[in-house]
Order: sequence, then C-alpha cells, then structure tokens
Amino acid sequence: METADHFSSLQDEYREKYGFSYPEQSTAKTPKGLNHAIVAQIAEHKNEIQWMREFRHAALDTFLSKPIPKWGNQEILQSINFDDIHYYIKPTDEQGRSWAEVPQNIKETFEKLGIPEAERKFLAGVSAQYDSEVVYHSMKKKLEQQGVVFLGMDDGLREYPELVKQHFGTVIPPTDNKFAALNSAVWSGGSFVYVPPNTEVTVPLQAYFRINSKDMGQFERTLIIADEGSKVHYIEGCTAPIYATDSLHSAVVELIAMKGATIRYTTIQNWSTNVLNLVTKRAVAHEDAVVEWVDGNLGSKLTMKYPCVYLVGERAHGEVLSVALAGNGQHQDTGAKMIHAAPNTTSRIISKSISTGKGRASYRGLVKAHRGAVGCKTHVECDALLIDETSRSDTYPTMEIDERQVQVEHEARVSKLADDQLFYLQSRGIGLEQAKLMVVNGFIEPFVRELPMEYAVELNRLVALEMEGSVG
Amino acid sequence: MSYLNNAVLECRNLRVIVDDNEIIRGVDLTIAPGEVHALMGPNGSGKSTLVNALAGHPGYRVEGEIWLNGEQVQSLEPEERAHKGLFLGFQYPVAIPGVTTSTMLRTALKAKQGEAHAPSVFLKELKRAFSRLDIPWEFASRYINDGFSGGEKKRLEVLQMLMLEPRVALLDEIDSGLDIDALKVAASGIQQIAEQNTGVLLVTHYQRILAHVKPHVVHVLVGGRIVKSGGPEQALELEDRGYEWLEPEIPLAAGRGAT
Repeated sequence: METADHFSSLQDEYREKYGFSYPEQSTAKTPKGLNHAIVAQIAEHKNEIQWMREFRHAALDTFLSKPIPKWGNQEILQSINFDDIHYYIKPTDEQGRSWAEVPQNIKETFEKLGIPEAERKFLAGVSAQYDSEVVYHSMKKKLEQQGVVFLGMDDGLREYPELVKQHFGTVIPPTDNKFAALNSAVWSGGSFVYVPPNTEVTVPLQAYFRINSKDMGQFERTLIIADEGSKVHYIEGCTAPIYATDSLHSAVVELIAMKGATIRYTTIQNWSTNVLNLVTKRAVAHEDAVVEWVDGNLGSKLTMKYPCVYLVGERAHGEVLSVALAGNGQHQDTGAKMIHAAPNTTSRIISKSISTGKGRASYRGLVKAHRGAVGCKTHVECDALLIDETSRSDTYPTMEIDERQVQVEHEARVSKLADDQLFYLQSRGIGLEQAKLMVVNGFIEPFVRELPMEYAVELNRLVALEMEGSVG
Repeated sequence: MSYLNNAVLECRNLRVIVDDNEIIRGVDLTIAPGEVHALMGPNGSGKSTLVNALAGHPGYRVEGEIWLNGEQVQSLEPEERAHKGLFLGFQYPVAIPGVTTSTMLRTALKAKQGEAHAPSVFLKELKRAFSRLDIPWEFASRYINDGFSGGEKKRLEVLQMLMLEPRVALLDEIDSGLDIDALKVAASGIQQIAEQNTGVLLVTHYQRILAHVKPHVVHVLVGGRIVKSGGPEQALELEDRGYEWLEPEIPLAAGRGAT
C-alpha cells in the first residue's frame, strides 16, 4: 500500500512540474498507423529533397521486414502497437528565432520547464522541439561568426544538403536495428551541429525535447560533426505529459569526431512513466579524438539505450558515464558499447544504477577489441544500488576480445542500501529519509560532478523527488 | 521513578536481544553531567552491543528503560536520540562514498538545531575543530571515512563529537588504532567535552587511554552484565590480572564478537 501511495504521489509531483499538457493545436498531423503513404506525407510536409525521400521509404521496408528484438523486456516490446501511433504532429507552421515568435501555449510550456531562463543564463544556443518539429531555435552571434552550425535537422538538410548527405545514416544505418529503421523512415526534428576545425564551443548547446500530444511518437534525428581539433558540448533534456496510453520516443543520434576533436554529449532525460524510450546513439572517433557520453536516465516506462563509440583512429578515447534510476513500474535497460578498431585506443565505461520500489535496472554492455587493435585499454565499472527488497538489478556484460595485446578491466558490484551507513548518519541526527537520499546522492556523485552546475542541482532535485517516500 | 534528576544518561535493567541471543542481560548505569565512565571487558562481553543499543541500533530488540536527560528514549529513532543530545563514536566508522565530511556535519547540525549555520560560521568552527584534532583540513572535503586510516577515522569521530556538542558521548574503542600522539589529541578532545559537562561512556580494552582521560568510574562488563564497578584504580587491576578471574560463574555469550 505504501508503495502504491508513493507511486501516486510521484505521479502527482511529476504531473505538476512536467506532466502538464496543452490542447493539441497541430497544423498538420498524419493519421494513426505507418505505411508508405504516411512516410510520403511526412516528406511532403517537409518538401524534402529526393534522396531523403528514397532513404525514408527504403528504411520503412527495413523496419517492416525486421522482427522485434528477441532480447530485452519482451512483455513491453511485444505490446507496442505500431498502428496506434501518430508518427508526425506538426505543432506550428513557423519556427521562432525569438521566444516572442513562438505560439503562446508552446512558449508557456518551455517557460514552465525553465528553458528561456537557462538560455539567458548559461547556454550558447538552444533548440526546442515540441512533438515532431523544432519550434524555437537560436544561437549566440559569436558562434555563428565562427562558422559553427547549430540548426534543427530539417533546416540542416535544407541548408547543408551535401554535408548532411555525406554523413547522415553512416554511423547508424537504417539496417542497424528495427527502431533505427523506424526513425530513419519517419524522423523529424532533432539537431544538426557542425563545428569547424580548431573551433571550441566553450559553453554548451542545448536541445530540449517535449512530447505534448497523446498517442504520438517522437522521432528526432541528431547529427553532430566536430571537425579536426574542434570541441563541443551538447546537452539534451526531455519530458512529457502523463497519459494513460504509451508514447513512443525513438531517436537516432550520430556523432562524428574527426581527428583530434572532442565531443561531449550530455543527456538528462526525465520522461513520464508512460513513455517507451528506445534510442540508438553511436559515435565514431577518429585519430586522437575523444567522445564522451554523459547519460542520465530518469523516468520512462522502458528505456533501452546503449551509447556506443567506434574507436576507428589511433589513440581515440571513448567514454560512457551513465546513471539510471528505476522507480516503481519502470525498467531502465541501459549500458554502453565500445568498439576498439584501432591501435592504442582507450575506453572507460562507468555505469551506475539505482532501483527503488519495484523498479528494475539492467546493465547491458559490449566491449569489443578487433584483431590488430594492439595496445588498447578498456575499463568497465558497473555499480548497482538496490533500495528495497522488491528492487531488481541485472547485469549483462559482453567482452569480445580478438587481440592479445589489450588491457581489459571489468568490475561489477551490486549493493543494497547499507543499514550500517544509514545508522551512522542517523546517529548524527540525520533522519532516515534524508540519510537514504544522502547515500544515493553520494552513490551518483561521480556522475553529478561531471554536469554543469545548473544540471547537477536539477538532477539532485529529480532524484530526491523520485526517492521521496520510497521507504517501505 | 528512580532515575537521578541530574543524570544525563541512565539505563535500568537493560536487556538487548540480537538475533534471538540475549547479549545484554540486565544492565543498570547512571552517568551524571561531566562524568567519565569507562566500560571495560573481554571480547564478546557485549560492550559494543550496549552502546549501539543506547544509540538506537535498528536491528536490536531492547527491553528495560533508557533515560536521556530525564526523558525515556528507548522507543525513539536514532536521530531523535541524537537531537536530544546523544552521540555515538563508532568502533568501525563506515565509509559513505560521495558524501563529504563537511556536508554530512552541516546536514547533521541543521537537523539537530532546526536551522543551518551561516556557511562562514560553520566553516570557521569546522576549521578550528580540524586543527584542534590535528587532522589536515583537506579531509573536510574528502568522503566520510573513505580511504582513511584507522587512526584518522577515530580522530574524525572525536571531531564530529566536538562539533555536535552532545550531552552524552558514547565512544566505542575510540583509542584503538591510534598512535601515542593521536591518542593524546583524541584524549584531550574527550577531556574537553567532559569539562563542558557532557557525560562520557568510554568503551575500551586498554587502560592506556585512561592515563589521559581520567575516569570517575570503571565498569567491567562480562557476559552481558556489569560484574564490577569501581574507581580508576580498577582499570590498573584489570590490566594486571586480566578478566579471567571475573568470569568463571558467568558464561560468555556464545561465539559473538563485538557487534
């Protein structure tokens, strides 16, 4: 009973802060279901270039021919009804370059979420997506003058067709998996980022993804290209209203770090508990490049996400630092993949998960070292914390090492919230609830300290919200 | 009621049951403000169990009465006892990765006093306590007991005690793992808190700390009972003769270490 109470109080909190919705006022919307006619409609709305139309239709054929994956949470995956989803909802005809140009409801939504304020305070650029389209976009003048490109993906395709054609779908081809194929067929929105050689974007660019409408799928597509010796930090956040029926979020994110470039990609997702979040994220790191995925997964009903780095150039470095918090009725199936395909490449995976109530957190990871990738080093650390007797954690690590001269370290720990830690804090006068929160915050501290301060504060607050009353 | 009006800590016929084993079998204890009581006894006699029970260890079943400043507290949560002035210095202080000592202490003070100290005031006091106990200041921003040596942990317990200013301090083998210099520093901290009228219960194996902190009373716990209470000279006698002569008629709690 306490569990049920906790669950409803959480839902109330989320409803108030993020779970609100406005009446749908779309200017275009495809009927439920998915077929070639729907895909053609989406492309037509976007007045899209021919090769992209062909790409979409081919991807749809791939999607239709691929079965649902046989691994992961079968109960939820098999229950997805692809015919009961709107694949494209266009919220407005115009994209704003200032918030004043954004329709009132949409502007209010992002104000409630604190986006314009964050933009004023500490961001270099902001992209805000509402259902299927980017409705607001801006970037600091200085970056524009430096030749930095930060656009919605649709605009990127229109304004830089050659660059997009050269890279789009090269890191994650539609044939990669069923959900990548789905995204490739119906994608809309997302970000296109290009950073010129030796250019540093010192403050983060942020994209915020908001689902507003019921029974919809959001399929944003992001491509980030960091040219030689450049550096960029991109942050994404996401929330959605609470609906009785499931919403589908299936993004594809491709990163390309050229020679000596550094990309950090930070995600703080906080989906409502009716969202299925099935995302493919992959990066290619060339010689001496660094790619870091900093991935915070809160909320959603099911998340399946395994950020990946292909280390294709010598001395490239890949990193995944992730936290997943699985509350009641949630399954966080997350992890990382590192593919060492060049000599002296290095990688590090630090994965932390917390399961509370009847939540389930799974770590699924792959480290592969190809033959010839001599001198590469990898370090994998999985740490799971169980809060309640009913919480669950699983680990599915895979190592495929085809080269002898490699250094592989793997550590995995599952711990229960320790009674002696709680007693210690309590004996200092700290109440049990707060003591639990302290231990949990301490547990994810190595993750939180990697975030910009504003996000660190926000994440701690979200964790507190999730933990509130979770004590049986 | 029979408790002394001015006692800061009193227990009456205290029994502690852990996993169906009665570890403490009827202990009476009265500590007045500013008094230092030493609690000695062989391994497994129940010393740690006793102080943990007094502090409200959640895994124990407790019978009898515990009075703190004239209030019964045996049914209170550990944090509530702490708010009423109880402090437990642990034998094995546990590490809490990701939580710094200063964050924990600031949170604890806020919970106890109901409001946060101004950061500048708090930092000043904390700095003073660190230098008082000869602990490098950078330990304040390290994680609690994480990667500390045994001696560092014990000094940190004394430091926390000084910061929290309890009415009663239960110190569980605070002297173990300390070299002679550290022992003197810790002892002077304990002496200081006693002079501030805090009652102290000092659990120890050895008489060596008692050369630096003068106890008013020395109790000997054997098999979960206090079998002898006397003046400071008793500690010396125990050092000479050991505990065996006190034990024959009272069997030890079977197979239980200092829990």
